[in-house]
Amino acid sequence: MKLTKTLLASTALTVAAGMAVADGHMASEMTIVSWGGAYSNSQQQAYHNPYAEKTGVEIINDESSAEAVAKLRAMNEAGNVTWDVVDVVAADAIRLCDEGLAMEIDPDEHLAAAPDGTSAEDDFGDLLVSDCFIPQIVYSTTFGYRTDMVGDTPPTSVCAVFDTETYPGKRSLEKRPINNMEWALICDGVPKDEVYDVLETAEGQQQALDKLATIKDDVVWWSAGADTPQLLADGEVVMGSTYNGRLFSVIEEQKQPVAMLWDAQVFDLDGWIIPAGLSDERKARALDYIYFATDTQRLADQAKYISYGPARASSAPLVGQHADLGIDMAPHMPTDPDNAKNTFLYNYEFWADYRDDIDAKFQAWLAQ
Amino acid sequence: MTDTAEHTGPMMAADGTTLKSSLNRALRRQKLRALGLIAPLLIFVLVTFIAPIADMLFRSIENQIVSETLPRTTAVLAEWDGDSGEIPSPETFEALYKDMFVAKERKLHTRLGSRLNYELTGVSSLFRKSGRKIEDMGEVYQDQFEDFDKFWKDGENWNALMGSEDWLQAQNAWDPKSGDKQPPFELNEAISGLLPETSEAFQTYADFVQNEDQKNLAKQDPWALIYSALYNDISAGADVSGYSGPGSAELLAAMGAATEFETVDYAAAFEEVDKDWHDVEVWQTIQTYSPEFTSGYFLNAVDMKKSPDGAEMRPENEQLYIKLFIRTLFMSLVITGSCILLGYPVGWILANLPARTANLLMILVLLPFWTSLLVRTSAWKVMLQQQGVINDTLVWLGVVADDSRLALINNQTGTIIAMTHILLPFMILPLYSVMKTIPPSYLRAAKSLGATNWTAFWRVYFPQSVPGIGAGSILVFILSIGYYITPELVGGTTGTFISNRIAYHISSSLNWGLAAALGAILLAVVLGLYWAYDRIVGIDNVKLGG
Repeated sequence: MKLTKTLLASTALTVAAGMAVADGHMASEMTIVSWGGAYSNSQQQAYHNPYAEKTGVEIINDESSAEAVAKLRAMNEAGNVTWDVVDVVAADAIRLCDEGLAMEIDPDEHLAAAPDGTSAEDDFGDLLVSDCFIPQIVYSTTFGYRTDMVGDTPPTSVCAVFDTETYPGKRSLEKRPINNMEWALICDGVPKDEVYDVLETAEGQQQALDKLATIKDDVVWWSAGADTPQLLADGEVVMGSTYNGRLFSVIEEQKQPVAMLWDAQVFDLDGWIIPAGLSDERKARALDYIYFATDTQRLADQAKYISYGPARASSAPLVGQHADLGIDMAPHMPTDPDNAKNTFLYNYEFWADYRDDIDAKFQAWLAQ
Repeated sequence: MTDTAEHTGPMMAADGTTLKSSLNRALRRQKLRALGLIAPLLIFVLVTFIAPIADMLFRSIENQIVSETLPRTTAVLAEWDGDSGEIPSPETFEALYKDMFVAKERKLHTRLGSRLNYELTGVSSLFRKSGRKIEDMGEVYQDQFEDFDKFWKDGENWNALMGSEDWLQAQNAWDPKSGDKQPPFELNEAISGLLPETSEAFQTYADFVQNEDQKNLAKQDPWALIYSALYNDISAGADVSGYSGPGSAELLAAMGAATEFETVDYAAAFEEVDKDWHDVEVWQTIQTYSPEFTSGYFLNAVDMKKSPDGAEMRPENEQLYIKLFIRTLFMSLVITGSCILLGYPVGWILANLPARTANLLMILVLLPFWTSLLVRTSAWKVMLQQQGVINDTLVWLGVVADDSRLALINNQTGTIIAMTHILLPFMILPLYSVMKTIPPSYLRAAKSLGATNWTAFWRVYFPQSVPGIGAGSILVFILSIGYYITPELVGGTTGTFISNRIAYHISSSLNWGLAAALGAILLAVVLGLYWAYDRIVGIDNVKLGG
């Protein structure tokens, strides 16, 4: 990894130059890694701008979250980590923690308590799925459908995806087993609380693939979050899965004839990690940023710009209106009671174990 | 004439050395200068190209992580007969406890878990879970020693007991606030002879605290592992009666008491953490992957797997890579073929038009070349999709019915169309520059000698343009074999390449070993094809121009 080393060394020089003028023991410049697009914009408005105003820190944005795990590993091997705070999904945070690439966080020491005094650990509750992970938002992977292509009976159940007779046309699914296997089993009659027990067995995995095989010819497989919104907008597919925030922007911002099918939406978390091995000044700065950016009000503020639910229980009542559209955001949150009648929580432990195995089978099945 | 005798020897230069060595020296200086001139490039290529590739490919056989993380366990496990169907000996579990304890402190156990999870599903959480519980497992001894005598609770007492006199003096003289490094721990030789296991454990602990954790050894509480080691030394019959250093009285007292201590059955303790530890398959996997180098990744890359009985094919529903290799080669050939078919006439026209018009057309060829790859690929999506421009036009013309629109994207067709377009300039440019050098008079001469148009082209023109086809084909074929963005975006399930899986293993599954093995095979295939091309067509027969 000599190449990375050289590249990193030059980046490090820039960072070191910035650190030379550090105030006190905190770095005066930090690199925050996120996903880009509307999501980074919401963070810029809700976190970065107020933080920069308060402290005078210069925040450098890097849009590398999609390859964060691989890049952090390369940086770590080269012995030169140039990122200070990284936005990743929970599954990646668990892997980074496992690989020793992320720093362990003590919620009560490093994070702000709720305004009513509830400790951070209780306020985040079950969402603290890894020792290294500070949850930020709850998002969901769910289906959207074309209202003008489903006739008079709009779908109400996720199993409409497998019903090509009532809802003819293509559907788009993500090109990976996660979520698709669960939906297939549910629609094959497996009770929701037994899905992972079934999926642990080779027969159960085959059962899920067989169910998916019934619609294999009607599926467009996507790999980028923007695919389904485009396919829906062009009328290429009648329904498709994607992140709920993407569907919100298709429906409310672009006014396309698309509606949400919240049934069996799969909750997932996205949040921050701090890379392991930062210098003391940079670590202090990163922790200070995290403390600021994950307090109750800040998390609620982010929901003004994007329709993802804040990860703190205490933030939910503070969610207001969309900054530009002026509509109430609460009914568009995946966690809204009306939307969350039938939900699924991504099973991190299960997929950490079975991901390699089931993915191999899934990809082999796709290639057949 | 007396001088002539002197000239019968070797020719001399002006400074008295022989001409040969003088010439050599001058030439050597020249060679060195030449080397010095290309040195920056040479070093650049070595550092930024050869070394990273070699480093990456080396990962395909590298497997030190298992024996480095579990050194004691793998050593004991080497004796174990995996086919016996019985779980390994209690000593193996004890070794596992020690290895796991240290690995947990160094946060390496989950890394190893992820590594072994590529081979056996479930190992990842098994290691994570065991890491969480490993501390409790040995605390039985720690608690008993500490309950027996408070002396054992204090890290300072341990340091006094285990450290050498020199070190203790240096340690006392050291001021933690001075910013100097704490003097590195040294074992007391008398103790290390008496309590070998405890000393080894303590040394590991001290190294970890001082070097990796960078903490003050005086302020730390020793690991539970050290207490278990002390118990082991005592039950092995260590005789400390002759020892008179610091803590000798407490040590002697503990020796007497320890015989009554409650013991830990590590095999049972691990089973309690997770019953999978009594699953033979887990141990077989650890044993199979104990060596420092493994063929496992390469076997994986050709749809095989390591088993206790040697290599075997994976079950049919998990075979993927060979199919993808064949598909990649086949589709690259098709793309190269369609590039020749489309590029040859364009090259011909460009070469035979007056310079002004040719330059204008050349810009049209190069224009897409200058556009971002992603933009071009996304444009093809808009063109080819079922509600896209091409299908709409065909429906409007009545060529296809509205309900049976053509599937032109998210399959092999889409990949071939988009990649042919993207790689076409790489075919046209060498063809054009070679065709430009073929004098038009040759064709006229052939025709004036009575050849038909076809014969004149096929017998006279075409053979002269073959070097251009060769150069273009090599460029297009090798580029398309490694392409992954376009197949990922427009390939659907039937149009993806092996490079898409390599990218997946690099950036998503983090199985860099497998990615390296797949990459090494791909490199070998390309080199093999190049060699075959050289044998059949001859590499001299390739021209990029003139």
